[in-house]
Amino acid sequence: MKDLRTGPPGELHEPGLALHVEDLTVSYHGRPVLWDIDLDVPPGVMAAIVGPNGAGKSTLIKSVLELVPATAGHVRLFGKPYAAQRRRIAYVPQRTSVDWDFPTTALDVVMMGRYGHLGWVRRPGAADRDRALGALEEVGIADLAGRQISQLSGGQQQRVFLARALVQDADLYFLDEPMAGVDATTERAIVRLLKGLRDRGKTVIVVHHDLQTVREYFDWIVILNVRVIAQGPVHEAYTADHLRQAYGGQISLLRGIDEGAVPVAGEAEAPAR
Amino acid sequence: MNLIDFLSDYTLQNVAMGAAILGVVSGVLGSFAVLRRQSLVGDALSHAALPGICLGFLVVGARELGAILTGALATGGLAALTILALTRLSRLKTDAAIGISLSVFFALGVVLLTVIQGRGGASQAGLETFLFGQAAAILRGDLWIMGAITLAALAAVMIFWKEFKLVTFDPVFAQTIGLPVTLLEIALTVMVALAVVVGLQMVGVVLMAAMVIAPAVAARQWTRRLEHMVILAALIGMASGITGALISATARGLATGPLIVLAASAIVVVSILFAPERGVLWEALARVRERRALRGRQVLDTLLQLTRTHADPSYPAEQGMLDTYHGHETRAALERLAARGFVNPARHMPGEGDHWVLTREGLAEAERLDAEISGANR
Repeated sequence: MKDLRTGPPGELHEPGLALHVEDLTVSYHGRPVLWDIDLDVPPGVMAAIVGPNGAGKSTLIKSVLELVPATAGHVRLFGKPYAAQRRRIAYVPQRTSVDWDFPTTALDVVMMGRYGHLGWVRRPGAADRDRALGALEEVGIADLAGRQISQLSGGQQQRVFLARALVQDADLYFLDEPMAGVDATTERAIVRLLKGLRDRGKTVIVVHHDLQTVREYFDWIVILNVRVIAQGPVHEAYTADHLRQAYGGQISLLRGIDEGAVPVAGEAEAPAR
Repeated sequence: MNLIDFLSDYTLQNVAMGAAILGVVSGVLGSFAVLRRQSLVGDALSHAALPGICLGFLVVGARELGAILTGALATGGLAALTILALTRLSRLKTDAAIGISLSVFFALGVVLLTVIQGRGGASQAGLETFLFGQAAAILRGDLWIMGAITLAALAAVMIFWKEFKLVTFDPVFAQTIGLPVTLLEIALTVMVALAVVVGLQMVGVVLMAAMVIAPAVAARQWTRRLEHMVILAALIGMASGITGALISATARGLATGPLIVLAASAIVVVSILFAPERGVLWEALARVRERRALRGRQVLDTLLQLTRTHADPSYPAEQGMLDTYHGHETRAALERLAARGFVNPARHMPGEGDHWVLTREGLAEAERLDAEISGANR
């Protein structure tokens, strides 16, 4: 896929943006999953990608990470294609994407996050091990380092994946539904950690499914439904109108948002969780 | 024949050594195949080796092992590619694609086999022994070939250990950090094909898949780390190989290959039944323990609710009433609770049935469990 507008390879294109997506179209069996996406995420924000089921949220991340081929368009991360920026980017896939019955320990999975920095053949050493233990500490499950991964709860599995991303020492983090199916304590811990990354100048981009918590957790929003419906700072772009455009008839989902759409943060009618 | 003679028998040494080599290589490579849910690809690969064996023979015109194994590897690899193409390009699911490739290649092999046999002549040399293997026909020279293939495969696994492990556990993540995932997966499949080739003379195309699957499945039951699983699978494969070889040597005429497979299968059965944590027996016992613990917890909770309803922490609950709540196992549950010091039997009034009273510890435990349930839902 060659795009003349981006100039010769190696030249920086939109280096001031953590993520720059232009004219991206992805189709699956001839059906467009993402259509003509133009998207910019500045560095140092914590961004949510929201949208109804089938909106292409996961596909957008996978396409940015070159896991899914694009039909058209291009992606730049800090000004360069993904292949040139791998070491600056960490990815937390959906928890259910792997078989947790694999014979290994939590610590070992976290160490896999170091593999990209190690390169071929070289084995992780004591420094990598310390780094992994530190990451497990950060996600609050240092005591489970030696635990067989099949014996971890859903929330603990998610924390292990998060720790694996932490040891990648990235500048940009992509997370695919990290809060799906985890307990409230884990969700709070994950959010605190991600906000911590953001506060250290990292960029965090999260596929998120819970509209009720967007205002509380995020400062940047991308509302997606095959096309980009809206993007920008949460206080500007996260409006009931945009959500209605994205979610169409699923209005019941939006009830809490309507009240929250007034500039006050949506605490007024926090639904029972 | 005494033991020394028996063990120094030249043929037996060859067979036992060949079986051991086969066990090691198939155990190691089978571990990856099983964890990648590719067990049946091993089956397809081995069946698909048959036409290659025949083609190798036809090209060279003699029963020359190098040519035959090369042919086997080629058609095995072709079958693996066919499976890949069918699942990627058509709407066939993996199981159907494997089934189709396996039977088409095997049928082709059987046809070629009958063509060769029909031509007659001394050189046709019993290719049908590759169906179920003929261990006794193994020569010292064959062992060198098997050993070299095995060493190469083991070296590759050791050198690229980290890469193979990551691709097996989380191929998507492996791709994001820049590993050539497809290439590594092809390498793993090719190595399984190599293991199959190593086992052709010994076990034959029909049963070879068992050698790829069985040691790995058995080893998985006993281990919690990939390193240990791979090593144990190699040992189990080796032990099965030697056991099969020895049994077949003591009773002349029993086929070695099937005996090796049976030995491996016996280890699988034992492992599936008795391994700690993952074994059927272990899990059944754990279920019984959990059910009992839950029953005790329910009874404790009922007693707590009764003390609350009656505003009397030492309210004596009648056995019969508890039975109507929880069924006839209540007495056993109460006795287990009594043994832990949580309840005491009490006689309420003469002539009435047994009653039970919460002890102070029992009350505290019941309150704790009650709070835990409320907390989990918050």
